Amino acid sequence: MDVPILKQGHFLIASIQSALSDADLSQLREKLIERVGRFRARGVIVDVTALDVMDSFAVRTLRDIAHMARLRGAETVIVGIQPEVAFAMVQLGLTLKGISTALDLEEGLAFLNQHTQGRLDEKGERGRIERG
Amino acid sequence: MDASSVADQLRVEIASDVDVVQARQHGRELAAGAGFSTGDQTVIAAAISEVARNILMYAKRGEISLGVVANGDQQGVVIVARDQGPGIPDVSRALQDGYSTSGGLGLGLPGARRLMDDFDIASVVGQGTTVTMRKWRRLPS
Amino acid sequence: MATRSKEQRESPPAGIPMHTQDTAALLRELVAHLRQNRTELREEWARRITRAQLLTAMTEEEIFAEATSVYDNYVEALETGTFEALQAYARNLSERIIPRGVETHEVLGIVLLLRDVLARSLFGKYQEDFDKLNRILDAYEPAANRIANTVAVGFVQERERIIRQQQEAIRELSTPVLQVRERLLILPIIGVIDPQRARQLTEQLLQAIRTNRAKVVVIDITGVAAMDSNVANHLVQTVEASRLLGATVIVTGLSPEIAQTLVTIGVDLSEMATVGDLQGGIEEAERLLGYKVLPLEELTPKA
Repeated sequence: MDVPILKQGHFLIASIQSALSDADLSQLREKLIERVGRFRARGVIVDVTALDVMDSFAVRTLRDIAHMARLRGAETVIVGIQPEVAFAMVQLGLTLKGISTALDLEEGLAFLNQHTQGRLDEKGERGRIERG
Repeated sequence: MDASSVADQLRVEIASDVDVVQARQHGRELAAGAGFSTGDQTVIAAAISEVARNILMYAKRGEISLGVVANGDQQGVVIVARDQGPGIPDVSRALQDGYSTSGGLGLGLPGARRLMDDFDIASVVGQGTTVTMRKWRRLPS
Repeated sequence: MATRSKEQRESPPAGIPMHTQDTAALLRELVAHLRQNRTELREEWARRITRAQLLTAMTEEEIFAEATSVYDNYVEALETGTFEALQAYARNLSERIIPRGVETHEVLGIVLLLRDVLARSLFGKYQEDFDKLNRILDAYEPAANRIANTVAVGFVQERERIIRQQQEAIRELSTPVLQVRERLLILPIIGVIDPQRARQLTEQLLQAIRTNRAKVVVIDITGVAAMDSNVANHLVQTVEASRLLGATVIVTGLSPEIAQTLVTIGVDLSEMATVGDLQGGIEEAERLLGYKVLPLEELTPKA
């Protein structure tokens, strides 16, 4: 199951469409991290709305994506975790500590715009002084 | 435990990561059929995912059987994960959070135990491991 | 009782003790008497109910109508020895009168009154034949007791069912998720939290975060005196699950006891925002959402 990755401005959006096997998840991680570098992306959104279960492997992969993307200069937001999935995750002990989350794609984009704003001007050039 | 009866047995072979997805989807359907809420279906599917992954990681192959159980006026699902792998030398340690010999999160078995109502491991080193877990449906009070 | 009614219809096989056949015959005679005097006994019963100030929530017409149905069901139960019809009627009656405030003692009272009215009428009829009266009362008593029992138990069961239903409703009402501003929810928790309520509360909150697209949630537990470590753990899980949906949770109103519990179970306080009281919590939430509260004079431009 291939996960499509869209490029929108400085952000990459991966929207998962259906249940993923471990191999699919690993492949998504490789692809995303490669593209962060290729497109000089400043933000990554992983939309997990379609996932009806998140187990420890899925969560570990998302955590790895976020950490690796940060090392390559991009902030990651996980969006669309379903209420039941969230509740099962915390009972399992999977809390995505230190990783940003947002309700949906729209919120995720708003979050990234806000958090990468200071470091980019409209053309995406780096080094602009942070706005208050 | 002896009083409970098992029906609708279903077996899923676990030999690759795709089977893990299969097993938890079957589990979710079974739980839905037994009247569990979507919240509980998710919890059951997540627990199946963890034990199935455990088979894959340590024994390479095994099987998971899923069934509906009744015990008096309670209804529930029972999940049995069986493998002929290396076995677990120290079961109580394997059930501690953060303990993993595979470099994982170490949440697999302890996590699954937290999600289910009953959880039992029988393991013999060199012969294999059987995990039996059940979840009972919360009856409206 | 059920077996006897069978024997009553079919001819009894040999070897049945005399008194059983005798009882059946006596009950038949009794039923005939009650049918014959249906009108006056019914009226007498209704009168006694009103005089005893039972069923005050109902009008006299209503009492008479119900009395008629109960009377007929009563006689039928005596005749057939089967109680299903009476039981169903008792349940149905309870369902109708419980919401009007009829109490258990009233239902018991009217059944015992009917028993009394009927017994008195038997005294009147058989006063000349003391031996017959005794035998007829022997046959009547157990049946009458069982009928009284059936009606009372039916009423109490119905009442319990209604109470359970109401408890369920209160449970839902007692965990209101309120939207006070766009994207800001408040969850005031009052009373005792058991694991079941805690779970329900979490499910409701997570759904509400999604439907209202909430970014900040204030959970106020001023009204919760204490919680055990299970429920405290659950509270922490609720905070974490809310964050997974993209909402920040602020917990307010922690009592010293609950603070103690949270410290004892070793909650990671870096993961949980807490503010002393609800007002402070709402102010903090507004700040997170980018609101700023200003006095009006600061908003009006100075001339």
